[in-house]
Amino acid sequence: MSRRTVVNIGPFHPLQEEAEFFQLYVDGETVVDVDVRISFNHRGIEKLDESKTFDQVPFVVERVCGICSASHPLAYIQAVEEIAHVEVPERALYLRTIVNELERIHSHLLWVGLAGHFLGYNTVFMWVWKYREPVMDILEIATGSRVNYANCKVGGVRRDMTREQLDRIAQVSDELLGPLDMLTRAVLDDPILHARLKKVGVLTPQAAKAYGATGPTARGSGVPIDVRRDDPYAAYDRLAWEVITAPDGDVFSKTVVRLRECFEAVRIIKQCVRDIPGGAIDAHVAAIPPGEGVGHVEAPRGETFHYVRSDGSNRPVRHKVRAPSFNNIPTFKASCIGQQIPDVAITLASVDPCYSCTERMCRVVDAESLRPRYTWSDLVRLSQQKTAELRKKW
Amino acid sequence: MNIGLLLLVFLAAALGTQALGLALRWVDRKVTARVQYRVGPPFFQPVFDVLKLMGKENLMPATAVGTGFLLAPVVALASTGVAAAILWAAVFQPTATFLGDLIVVVYLLTIPATMTILGGAASGNPHAAVGASREMKLLLGYELPLVLAILVAVAHNGWTLKLGDLATFQQMHGSTVLSFSGLLAFLVAILCMHAKLGQVPFDVAEAECEIMSGVYVEYSGPSLACWHLTRAMLLALLPLLLIVVFWGGLDTSVWWDWPAFLAKYVLLVALVTVLRNTNPRLRIDQTVKFFWFVLTPVAIVAAALAAIGVSENLSWL
Repeated sequence: MSRRTVVNIGPFHPLQEEAEFFQLYVDGETVVDVDVRISFNHRGIEKLDESKTFDQVPFVVERVCGICSASHPLAYIQAVEEIAHVEVPERALYLRTIVNELERIHSHLLWVGLAGHFLGYNTVFMWVWKYREPVMDILEIATGSRVNYANCKVGGVRRDMTREQLDRIAQVSDELLGPLDMLTRAVLDDPILHARLKKVGVLTPQAAKAYGATGPTARGSGVPIDVRRDDPYAAYDRLAWEVITAPDGDVFSKTVVRLRECFEAVRIIKQCVRDIPGGAIDAHVAAIPPGEGVGHVEAPRGETFHYVRSDGSNRPVRHKVRAPSFNNIPTFKASCIGQQIPDVAITLASVDPCYSCTERMCRVVDAESLRPRYTWSDLVRLSQQKTAELRKKW
Repeated sequence: MNIGLLLLVFLAAALGTQALGLALRWVDRKVTARVQYRVGPPFFQPVFDVLKLMGKENLMPATAVGTGFLLAPVVALASTGVAAAILWAAVFQPTATFLGDLIVVVYLLTIPATMTILGGAASGNPHAAVGASREMKLLLGYELPLVLAILVAVAHNGWTLKLGDLATFQQMHGSTVLSFSGLLAFLVAILCMHAKLGQVPFDVAEAECEIMSGVYVEYSGPSLACWHLTRAMLLALLPLLLIVVFWGGLDTSVWWDWPAFLAKYVLLVALVTVLRNTNPRLRIDQTVKFFWFVLTPVAIVAAALAAIGVSENLSWL
């Protein structure tokens, strides 16, 4: 057996801004195995939600992720609305669609920029983020915040948009088409980008299905799944748009899917602005009956799924979040092995992983006695031991 | 020439090149920033970076082999300084150079790369080990086409191995780039220079997002400052080498050659900035393939054409 070196990507690494840990077992430059370790950033959001009222929870869940901060609250709210059988006003559905599609544009542009940075192409990084800025600005104009929109509430939306705001949104989206077109052509035509992205980190359709990949990760492998079409929510069933797929499963395909989805998002937003009906924006839900509900939303990274159970009080008794990265991260086992280190770096980034969304509490159990190991007190003791050892060394 | 004067000349050349290199680093960073809609650093930022590093602690990992780890940046800096002295002499005092200094300069300019390999490997960090192995492959990739390209210029200019004679020969008979093979060789040499500078798309050995600046990952304080200075000097020296070898050097006897020399120099430095900002990073295997199977054949063809041109007396070839 040849000698294997471990190259660590993480727990802190310039590749990604969050704490994540990939151990690459390499033979020369070729990766022969990859060990994915997450859970550096567990924040106990699900538990926290149980102490909040139904109307307070959206403010917590939009902080699950700084980028999917429209998708998570919407999925939660749809779960609650399913429990209470709420008929959401038509105008509110359109407003939800607009904010969610703006979120998709800014998230995809963010990813394209970061992908450029990972490839050492910082000019693309800076340019794309510049073009992303107007999208953030109109989100701020329309909802009051660049990041945490606090837009949705159970039964509708929190804040109406004026005609001027809607027109401004349509105009900014329209102006985005030029830069988007330039970017898409730049990516499709650049021979060095082709060399770096094509046939790299291939996720076959079979593997995508086996690992339950969602969002652009699955659609980049030619698997046409999209919650917006498969189980329509908000106003998506009233609009004309297409599910974008690309057949090859490599990083290039995922890039193409994301760029073309931006065009679709602009198309959806323009239809929403044109067709939006007048009327109320809130159904004024008074109480949530006992029961359980699920809500799912096509977030920029894939399907985000929320489960809520109510016992008739004003707080959820159980709230479960499953972010798309939870499904997408294990696909690295299929896409990274056999690649070279530089290819693995971009493949790890290609699913647009979001670790803070995905973090789960880990519980280590002894396989024989089934007794829990590394409990809270164990970890505190280990940490203090380590500190004492370090102090002794100094 | 006595030893004291020689030492003075060496120090002046080394320090002057460092100052020039840091200034060029600023230009590079500023232009890059403006291209990317950023403000960019103030003029003295590269100097501040180095000064600040000089005052910092020099950390050495417990796994490192101390001698190699600390010797590498110093040797790299010193050898670049010697190369600077020889090259500036070839520009301003073409008659003062010695026979074979071209070989010496090419040799001295490979030392920073070999020292990065040594330092990276000695640091005991797996990222640096990957970086060092990449630097080694890169060096094997670009060194052959570079030497072949320089051979073209040597053939064109009366088979001289003296930098000063190369420059003066071109000033009398026209620059090497004005011939077909000379132009080919010049283009090859520009790309080799880019790889020697370790800039995108050939910055595989440090690749920030993959291996966290690779070979330099464990360096800190003064030893990192040495690397910064070495790379700044290389940025100042390699365009100079290319101008002397391919583009006529500097004819100090006529006034209009001064602005022309400056324009050539700025053009070559600007090319580095442009190339590094308009390309993503190549993979190491793609880089080596590019140098071996694209640039080396081109350089061989150029060398063959140059040999034919010289023996058949066809100056355009």
